[in-house]
Amino acid sequence: MLAARVMQDHGVWVEGINFYTGFCIEGHTQAIRSEARERPKRNNALWVAEQLGIKLHLIDVIEEYKDVVINPKHGYGANLNPCLDCKGFMVGKAREWMEANQFDFIVTGEVIGQRPMSQRRDTMPVVARESGAFDRLLRPLCAKLLPPTLPEREGWVDRDRLFDFNGRGRKPQIALAAQYGFTDYAQPAGGCCFLTNAQYSRKLADLWETRGEKRYELEDIVLLKVGRHLRPRPHFKLIVARDEGETNFLLGFRRQYTHLYATSHTGPLALIEGDVSEDDLELAARLTARFGKGREAAQVTVAITDQAGRTHTRDVSPLTADAIPETWYL
Amino acid sequence: MTHHVLDARRLLCPMPVIRAQNAVARLAPGDTLEVQATDPGAMHDIPSWCRVHGHELLSSSNVEGEVRVTLRVKHS
Repeated sequence: MLAARVMQDHGVWVEGINFYTGFCIEGHTQAIRSEARERPKRNNALWVAEQLGIKLHLIDVIEEYKDVVINPKHGYGANLNPCLDCKGFMVGKAREWMEANQFDFIVTGEVIGQRPMSQRRDTMPVVARESGAFDRLLRPLCAKLLPPTLPEREGWVDRDRLFDFNGRGRKPQIALAAQYGFTDYAQPAGGCCFLTNAQYSRKLADLWETRGEKRYELEDIVLLKVGRHLRPRPHFKLIVARDEGETNFLLGFRRQYTHLYATSHTGPLALIEGDVSEDDLELAARLTARFGKGREAAQVTVAITDQAGRTHTRDVSPLTADAIPETWYL
Repeated sequence: MTHHVLDARRLLCPMPVIRAQNAVARLAPGDTLEVQATDPGAMHDIPSWCRVHGHELLSSSNVEGEVRVTLRVKHS
């Protein structure tokens, strides 16, 4: 937002690009969790575009992005976040868009030292090089700390009016935002991707380990965002909704998975991923009962429906909290 | 001028607005597009996208989780 606004100050025509990888946090949680539905809804990229009066182009990169997540040349960060490869990929896609739409250069809001992997002094040139953008990539917020780029050399922008922000602190950005009259802005970079989340990454790693290969579909990574995930046995996993919103969302998957819910008490929907035996079904039913209103009851009736739509019920005693090892939670 | 319908049900945001954007790119000025969605975020995203790109929002409704947003493609 700030970088685009700085460019507008230089009289540059700016249009925004927003990539959708499938791992974006905003929107999905809001659409699923009951509590989140109460919050005001907005797509931050669209909101910023409206504030700045610029066009915004939303680009679905779900398929192409898989290779970035599965085979990151530069490896992962603290979790399964391939930040450096991701940045190179996105700037590369922006370069393709720039060339196809007769634009002259690319602007990002990157700041040297802001992020531990993709925004270091030594990795920022990597992004420029691997994206193919080279000196058509301008970072207005820290440009004075970097060699002059094409737009600066050509005089399309005035280098003297660019900035020298660096480090993790955001005080200069906040001050500049105040100068422009921005009182509301989206959360800083890094907090918008599920791959930076330790718990989410653990679930994705479990998915790959169980499959025996690093592969995923959009549905897989969306399901990892929903519910409690428990793996009580190596060959099956249970996804238990945490609220009504998640139950409604998981209902959309009921034909693809064996699913369970308590009929004698209020409780969540649970999906089973994997092939299960009768003993496994009993365990899954006891776990499902544990997360419903009948958790303290002696017996809970649970309906179990397989993928062919056949339903049977069984009466089970809910598992007690201490009977669920921490290691079952993904 | 033709009326078109886009089924974006069961897609999570921002996919409905991305599908709407891609559909509009193939339509003629003055055509209308009705987007059907189930993610309530589409109620906000698609009108916002229309404002950003200058398309006319004709109507929007959310009846029991079935979102419908209709827009008219701008004359360039």
